[in-house]
Amino acid sequence: MTHWITVIAFFALLISGVEIVISHPRFYWGEVGNVNTAPLFTLHIPSSRDTVPTGYAVLPDQNGWSRYLHFQAAWAAVLTGLVYAISSLWTGHFRQDLFPTPPDRTWRAFWEVIARYLRRAPPDEAEAHSYNVVQRTAYLSVIFVLFPLVIWTGLAMSPAFDSAVPAAVNLLGGRQSARTLHFFVSGLLLLFLIVHVTMVVLAGFRSRMRAMITGRATVPERALERT
Amino acid sequence: MKPISRRKLMTGGLAATAGVAGLAAAARMAERYGLIPPDHGGIYGPGETLTYAAQRLLTTHSLAREFSRSMISKSPFANETPPPNDSFKRHQASGFSDWRLSVDGMVARPASLSLSDLKSLPVRSQITEVVCEEGWSYIAEWIGTPLVEVLNVAGLLPQARYVAYFSIDKDWWESVDMADALHPQTFLSYGMNDGDLPVSFGGPLRMRVPRQLGYKSVKYITRLTVTDSMKSFGKGLGSAEPEAGYAWYAGI
Repeated sequence: MTHWITVIAFFALLISGVEIVISHPRFYWGEVGNVNTAPLFTLHIPSSRDTVPTGYAVLPDQNGWSRYLHFQAAWAAVLTGLVYAISSLWTGHFRQDLFPTPPDRTWRAFWEVIARYLRRAPPDEAEAHSYNVVQRTAYLSVIFVLFPLVIWTGLAMSPAFDSAVPAAVNLLGGRQSARTLHFFVSGLLLLFLIVHVTMVVLAGFRSRMRAMITGRATVPERALERT
Repeated sequence: MKPISRRKLMTGGLAATAGVAGLAAAARMAERYGLIPPDHGGIYGPGETLTYAAQRLLTTHSLAREFSRSMISKSPFANETPPPNDSFKRHQASGFSDWRLSVDGMVARPASLSLSDLKSLPVRSQITEVVCEEGWSYIAEWIGTPLVEVLNVAGLLPQARYVAYFSIDKDWWESVDMADALHPQTFLSYGMNDGDLPVSFGGPLRMRVPRQLGYKSVKYITRLTVTDSMKSFGKGLGSAEPEAGYAWYAGI
């Protein structure tokens, strides 16, 4: 349930985030940055503002609804994340299903799973019902590193929030650094999404979807269960 | 699927009822303590209301970050709007000597102030960042008088809840709640970086609201009005920005 709300919120954040970037597709480092200062890098895409020199025609301004949607979806994602985190602590989901089991906490175990993926060898039957060490590491990184970072870098761009908690932006090296980091962390989340969905498809889209929606895994005849 | 037991059904029903009652009570409290923004309607209303209410609980008295003189941007970006109309051009030709700021609405003594009247009020300066919703920013020193000084001259009435302010450009008007109107860093600015405020940056008179995005810092201010409700202004959404699709509260 929390997964699917997060999916909807993530797509809303992604689409509206792209629209907001289009209004100023230049990135900077430090506290300030604008068209009169040197960018860290520039995305070679058209912009929705004629004040940004891109060489392309100016696109229509879509920032109004994009911003409303971005912040509403952020609330949905954060509140859903809280429900997920609290209920996972309560039920032991993190401990039982996500923290790697003691024998798996070695680089060797990690690389063995990677090697199996590269060989495209079928997983053992246990993986139909539980996650392997690579999956666990990826999920934990998203839950405990990327999500907190994307929220922090996002909040650091709020002038009012920064007035209450100046360290939120100062620790990141300034407002423009926060914006650039927000862009990169969002990129990493998108990368995770692409790999995650690819794996679901490779593992057999129908059976995995059934498992993800109903919460019950069935072991298919060809045990190709990797998400 | 297991059949739902009667106990589960009852606890679930009780929890749902408590939730709905809790939400209704929260909405009444929020309204009472001024935590509902004027643009709370529509599909984005819930998110906007959550943002505004959370920010107001967190930031009522907090100060926007101020920077050292060495951080002042060498090449600030004006996002230049052409001088808006003929009336403005006439003022510009006469060196803004006839520029007036009128103050009306829920005040004891409506006033019309010239730029020199404003300059006779306490002068303050702040080195703060202008942050555009598009993503860019710059730091400048702003010189002016806090809005609260002007409101004190006019005598604020106790029912005041918003201060609306208007540019000579008819399409650009905004409002802030009393937390921002009375905030010590909310300025009527007439100077920038030790000189007069240039026209491209909003001269002769610009509102500076450093805890919100740049679009709340309206250029070419000619009028303030104090009110207890934004319903009768424009489409009743609080300012011109929500009518163009942008949020009224821009503290994010």
